[in-house]
Amino acid sequence: MIRRRQVRKLGNAVALCLSLLATLIGLFCLGAIFWTLIARGMSGMSVQLFTQMTPPPGGSGGLLNAIYGSVVMTVLGMLIGAPIGILAGTYLAEYGRDARLSNLVRFVNDVLLSAPSIIVGLFVYEVLVVRMGHFSALAGAVALAIIAIPVTVRTTEDMLRLVPQNMKDASTALGAYPWRTITSIVYPAARSGIVTGLLLAVARVSGETAPLLFTALNNQFWSKNLNAPIANLPVVIFQFALSPYKDWQQLAWSGALLITLAILLLSVIARLIISALPGNNTQR
Amino acid sequence: MAVVSGKRAARQRSGERYFRTATLIAAMLVLALLGGVAVSLLQGAWPALAHFKLAFLTSEIWNPVTGQFGALAPIYGTVMTSLIAMLVAVPIGFGVAIFLTELCPRGLRRPVGVAIELLAAVPSIIFGIWGLFILAPILQRHVQPWLIEHVGRVPGIGRLFQGPPFGIGVLSAGLVLAIMVLPFIAAVMRDVFETVPDVLKESGYALGATTWEVIWNVVVPYSRIGMVGGVMLGLGRALGETMAVTFVIGNAHRVSASLLAPGTTISASIANEFTEAVGDLYTSSLIALGVLLFLITFAVIAAARFMLLRLDRRALSAV
Repeated sequence: MIRRRQVRKLGNAVALCLSLLATLIGLFCLGAIFWTLIARGMSGMSVQLFTQMTPPPGGSGGLLNAIYGSVVMTVLGMLIGAPIGILAGTYLAEYGRDARLSNLVRFVNDVLLSAPSIIVGLFVYEVLVVRMGHFSALAGAVALAIIAIPVTVRTTEDMLRLVPQNMKDASTALGAYPWRTITSIVYPAARSGIVTGLLLAVARVSGETAPLLFTALNNQFWSKNLNAPIANLPVVIFQFALSPYKDWQQLAWSGALLITLAILLLSVIARLIISALPGNNTQR
Repeated sequence: MAVVSGKRAARQRSGERYFRTATLIAAMLVLALLGGVAVSLLQGAWPALAHFKLAFLTSEIWNPVTGQFGALAPIYGTVMTSLIAMLVAVPIGFGVAIFLTELCPRGLRRPVGVAIELLAAVPSIIFGIWGLFILAPILQRHVQPWLIEHVGRVPGIGRLFQGPPFGIGVLSAGLVLAIMVLPFIAAVMRDVFETVPDVLKESGYALGATTWEVIWNVVVPYSRIGMVGGVMLGLGRALGETMAVTFVIGNAHRVSASLLAPGTTISASIANEFTEAVGDLYTSSLIALGVLLFLITFAVIAAARFMLLRLDRRALSAV
């Protein structure tokens, strides 16, 4: 009997040590990535980065046009995607009486949420770029919007469901139509949750590279024209990192650090808002 | 106030109609998106599919000069890199999830959990350039020579580890993918494990089971479906991942027995060649690759979602 207990205890210890080891390996790899990113990215941080255009091969310069392009396309993408996502999320949370239809929409939305982003790029290429005859910032923004929609739909639905039924009933009892209840009671009550969802969507969208490769393409110069190719951080990082020029590779690392910091910042803010939500007792 | 004016009531009614229709249209748009993607991709791929027919799936030749395109090499690369990624990431992710739910001191649980969730938000291009500049040289100098020297001579699996150490290749791409999906898989598994009722675990402990026995005989069976769903969701990510792979795969359209040789995946081929593709057949063949990727990932994701449907949606914060 005693031997058997020892074997069990040993097995337990081995398994738990392996689990600890797995966590350490995981954290080590991810720590290594961050360390490299910061070490390599910081050495290229300078004012120049934010004031100059992307340089020609071998020259020095900054990322101004790429940062501008990324911001413009992200904002535009969210302007297109956010209303659609919020309305569709509202339908699922408030109107979707037909359970079969709602479940189908929910399921398709979940599939879109995890669909490969390069497929979205191909789709927008087929639908917009081919018809318009050229790459453009607008096509890039539409591609980003398509990626933002599923994220927004999901978080909006979840957040609207957190609003207590009592509040809606009170509004209905006053004679308000559902749309009045939704716009005057439910939306204000769920505002911070919806904003969080939008922040998460921005975080998701701003690092996307694949869908921009053949929609927005890239542009070495300053361009404000939404109907023309536009520079953007992810594609610049992609092209510069694969180039043989040291200056370009340095810019790629700095750009990578910028994007990562921006995304982490957005995620942290979103997380803080969620944990401050009333009625949210989940511990994360 | 006794009588609500008819005009105002009418305005409220029509407002209701407009708002309701708007939300319905938005919901339908979500459906239309998926349908639109399927239709437009098929349309774009049609010339290539009609030209090559089934040979598109079985041919390894990818020659833009002679206009011959076959998808075998990208399919093989996609499957192999994802397989490697899963073989590495699933056991480690399982270990991390176990650590977070069962072993970790309470005070550490939240910071480590949040760190892993934040890492799941890091864009894939970051993993790609890290793989190219840091991981590939290390593999080339230290790991691959050892593999070739020792494992390469073993009959059978030795064939997977032969040839010169390029650094970039199928193995490197698989490893980068593994690191990329690891936080995701760990986070989903942790969420799934947390749905196990404490009463069940306590019953196990009350019978004198060790921690590991409770995990293996209570937690794992209880959350099996959710675990498989989470793994398949991670697989869906790995299959469709573009940027993390494109940097380190080497973009060579061939099927090599060795994992150390450069290869390509469906998404890497599209990312590398699409803007440079000349001629309708070339472009169409690349879109046909996209259709294949769409079909593969759709099947995997749909299966995963079906498995995860049973779980409370809000329990899965990371997905």
